[in-house]
Amino acid sequence: MNLFQQLRLGFRSLMLHKLRSALAVLGILIGVTAVIWLVAMGEGVSYQAQQQIKDLGATSIIVRSIKPAEESSRDVGSRFGISYGLLRDDYERILTNVPTVTRAVPMREISREVRHREHFIDGQVIGCTPDYFGMNRLKIARGRPISQVDMQGYSNVVVLAWEAAAKLFPIEDPLGRAVQLGTEFYVVVGIAAERTAAAAIGGSLDARQYDRDVYIPLSTFRARIGDRVFTVRAGATQLETVELTQITAVVEDMGEVDATADIIRALLQRYHKNVDYAVVVPKELLEQAETMRAMFNVLLLLIAGISLLVGGIGIMNIMLATVTERTREIGIRRALGATKGEIVQQFLWETVVLSGTGGLLGVLVGFLCGPTVNGIRQLVSTFLPEVWTALPPNIRNLEPRLAPWSIIAAFGISVGVGIIFGIYPARRAANMDPIEALRHE
Amino acid sequence: MNNLQPVSQRQSVASIVGVSKVYTLGGHQVKALNNVSVEFQQGDFVAIMGSSGSGKSTLLNVLGCLDRPTSGQYFLAGQDVAAMDDETLSRVRGRYLGFIFQSYNLIQQLSVVENIEVPLSYQRPPLPGGRERCLKLAELVGLSGRLGHRPTELSGGQQQRVAIARALVNNPHVILADEPTGNLDTATSHDIMNLLDALNRAGRTIVMVTHENDIAERARRIIRLRDGRIESVSETRPLLPQVGIG
Repeated sequence: MNLFQQLRLGFRSLMLHKLRSALAVLGILIGVTAVIWLVAMGEGVSYQAQQQIKDLGATSIIVRSIKPAEESSRDVGSRFGISYGLLRDDYERILTNVPTVTRAVPMREISREVRHREHFIDGQVIGCTPDYFGMNRLKIARGRPISQVDMQGYSNVVVLAWEAAAKLFPIEDPLGRAVQLGTEFYVVVGIAAERTAAAAIGGSLDARQYDRDVYIPLSTFRARIGDRVFTVRAGATQLETVELTQITAVVEDMGEVDATADIIRALLQRYHKNVDYAVVVPKELLEQAETMRAMFNVLLLLIAGISLLVGGIGIMNIMLATVTERTREIGIRRALGATKGEIVQQFLWETVVLSGTGGLLGVLVGFLCGPTVNGIRQLVSTFLPEVWTALPPNIRNLEPRLAPWSIIAAFGISVGVGIIFGIYPARRAANMDPIEALRHE
Repeated sequence: MNNLQPVSQRQSVASIVGVSKVYTLGGHQVKALNNVSVEFQQGDFVAIMGSSGSGKSTLLNVLGCLDRPTSGQYFLAGQDVAAMDDETLSRVRGRYLGFIFQSYNLIQQLSVVENIEVPLSYQRPPLPGGRERCLKLAELVGLSGRLGHRPTELSGGQQQRVAIARALVNNPHVILADEPTGNLDTATSHDIMNLLDALNRAGRTIVMVTHENDIAERARRIIRLRDGRIESVSETRPLLPQVGIG
């Protein structure tokens, strides 16, 4: 019998019990689909993370203030509250003492309510220099960014992020109008273009949202808002003194990143008693993300492998039942000249047809991953808008990416599962005594 | 149906010499066959009779290479098959033997023509002209109008005709029939025996197990077994003076 005849025979034998065969196929189908979908999701997530990390810049080193644990803060019990984080001196030191650093951009950030008449948002107020926009690839959609003149003049000007602008000025054109920050008013001079979230800095890979930022000149921030900020935590008001939230240092070449990061760490260590800062290298994040992706994939494959294993056990179960039921046929074929090997072959082909069909259908369903995710996204955003907006942006923006290797692997494994789990039933069929098999009712 | 030979040069197609078969059942040794020797010649039509437990099934199993004798020799197509391994025995069955069973034993998921074709798929090397051969045989047994039918759509007599066509497709040296009319009514039994008779007249060697006297009388020789031994051999009709094998 040639291959085609073998497959045809297998298919027709399986059609003797359509429902039973269909259920076995379903088991494999789910396993294969699980592999393809899970890998596609994983690839999508890691692609997103990598893009975000790349947005941070592969040649930059980010130093960020971190609030130390209560006991170790710089002056515990001070009636002026606690004081921690990066200093303006640190900025100067990094810029002047580290030769490889070509540029450094300081930044100060707090959460504040921003108002325009009856509209208000809980925004992130960012005091920054003109360089900040270029550094973070923030494009200005309308108006202009913060300028050097604004810095020097301590101007009360503000650039609104896209969403902040839309929320504060639902109808009017924001340019030239004033928004209120605390007791001060700031003139809107620019609106930043929409920007996807970037990986957060500070070690985690949570997304950093840019959409509710309002940018003011760093000099104005210092003059009007100052270093001291009241925070309310666990019901207690606390005074925090922070000079800079973040310093981004940029080097010329990616090869200098690691060494420069080490120098910055050493430098900061000398001047800071506590570790109230973190040095984050996006390049390292990228490497971390790669490792995470590999681990994630291993985990997903493990899960998918288990589901394929379950599918395989289903196939073995069905083939054992089939072999028992078709004992007569086995006896007939043996009498008519089939060798044990040919009986093994016949039943193995049958399981391969079973698992191969499951595999093929699984691949087809696997291709539906993108449309399905889009469909679910549309359903949720239409019918459950609150749930939708509550979801983290990483999930809202997730685009599954089909990995060709996962399709080939899933299909190959499904056929392999069929063969492995088919061997025992097939051998059992072949080892029957033909006389007994012929007598079987 | 050519290759005619005179009676004097008639060949022995199968012969068993001093065959015994001993089973161990619950610690007891049972001699199903006790030193049996029979020779089957080309064109022979032999009925094996005997009460149950006489050893007729065991003899048919040994002749059908489904079972190996405990001692003795079995020559088929000039080879001693008694000592062959499982795989070679399978090949011998597929190449030199044809089987007809009491309960037809067709494969349910296959059509008439595909059932006839089954032994061909186990031929190494393959026999030429497979499909045409099946169609010719279907016509021979009068089923050319039902090639695509499934066994369940056929009557018992028709199913047995398919089985006969299947037993012929590999051009066997010996056709072994186990109670071929056991499940059929008298009229249909008669038809089937006519068909076997016609095949025998055309030169086929047939060995048939039966317990019905009128069926056995259609054969040329009747071998009666009792307690694993040959009790008697009687000749009802002489062999045809000239036979060929087709």
